[in-house]
Amino acid sequence: MKAPRFRYVRAESLDEVLGLLAEHGDDARILAGGQSLMPVLNMRLSQPRLVIDINRIAALKGIALQGDVVRIGALTRHVEVMGSPIVARHLPLIAEAMPHVAHVAVRNRGTFGGSIALADPSAEMPACILALGASLVVASARGRRTIVADDFFLGLYETAREPDELLLEVLVPVQKPEHVSVFMEVSRRHGDFAIAGLACCARADAQMLEDARLVYFGSETRPTLAARATAAVAGKPWSQASHDAACAALAEDLDPIANASGSPAIKLQLQRVLTRRALDKVRERANQRVLLQ
Amino acid sequence: MSAEETRSVTLTVNGERVTRAVPVRQHLVDFLRMELGLTGSHIGCEHGICGACSVRVDGVVVRGCLMLAVQADGAEVVTIEGLTASEEIADLQRTFVERNAMQCGYCTPGMLMTAAELLAQRAPATREDIRHFMSGNYCRCTGYHAIVDAIETTLNARLQR
Repeated sequence: MKAPRFRYVRAESLDEVLGLLAEHGDDARILAGGQSLMPVLNMRLSQPRLVIDINRIAALKGIALQGDVVRIGALTRHVEVMGSPIVARHLPLIAEAMPHVAHVAVRNRGTFGGSIALADPSAEMPACILALGASLVVASARGRRTIVADDFFLGLYETAREPDELLLEVLVPVQKPEHVSVFMEVSRRHGDFAIAGLACCARADAQMLEDARLVYFGSETRPTLAARATAAVAGKPWSQASHDAACAALAEDLDPIANASGSPAIKLQLQRVLTRRALDKVRERANQRVLLQ
Repeated sequence: MSAEETRSVTLTVNGERVTRAVPVRQHLVDFLRMELGLTGSHIGCEHGICGACSVRVDGVVVRGCLMLAVQADGAEVVTIEGLTASEEIADLQRTFVERNAMQCGYCTPGMLMTAAELLAQRAPATREDIRHFMSGNYCRCTGYHAIVDAIETTLNARLQR
């Protein structure tokens, strides 16, 4: 199908975007990479009055290491994140997840911030930044504020961003040397939407893991930090029993949605399988790091 | 419903500068096909799944249906017609024929546009790497095997040159 009629503005400055958002709010849609907005326009699932194209605003682009934080501009394209030496070195979780994000042509256009602001339940980047404890900087004509990732993802395509706010950048703490991260997902075909997925980061060594953040996505309405499963393994020596306990606790942490990809029971099972694999991988990587030291 | 809004755009398509007024809601592939008559880029799903509409914009392959024509203002666009004329992928097109890497041909322009980006990297790739790289392009006829054969053969030949 063809997109419905809308007004189009190619914004030349941040102030112009914020002014338009203040005026139009929910009647406007931000066009960044367009890899999710264009399909819903073409299918007429969305009929905004105004489309605000932010692609020319250079201030929203780029990746920079600032102390112990990596700043990723919202308009940075997936391909740039994937090829970034800063990300490869300091954010190995994101580097590991990035090849799972769609396909080459989509990564060439799609943006890091767009994926996070949309908060698709199958998207990889929201889960990663939640696992890494990132912060999001949003702005409106009323001012700027910073939202921690823990408070940002509220539900299905629902975030703490107000209709007049624009996501400017994401501040991701660099992974500490004593931390290990693992990313895994299950999808029908490489690059397709994840049916189940897990992004995790933990302080780990040959004996145990601590300060773990296990974030599940794909099966839930939003990326979900699994507090009970994490508690089941944190601070305990590596053992089959603690892995079993984490998998059992997952039933309390997760509330999988039923859709064409499967029933809640299937998705819970997939997440349990991923949990075992991911914990094994965390341990393996922790051991490798110990050997290298 | 508001009136159809149009905007003047100037872009380079296959090396030629063109200026046109485009409806702001028109996507790039409709513009290329209907306004410029470049019907080599095909429209399959029109929501970014199938890859038949793949074109090169400012040096990288993109979904032509997931970009507005108005966004291509100032851009350099190359379609399968331009890529063929430049002979950048003449070897790949030859191996597609040799390996019988197409049947109905509907996906072929998109396959070639995506494979061109892989070949341009001039880096060794396994069959698995090739499948991953091509995973955003659907073919409903071949089962992909012959397509991977053709790309692998072309890549290896280029790397040996």
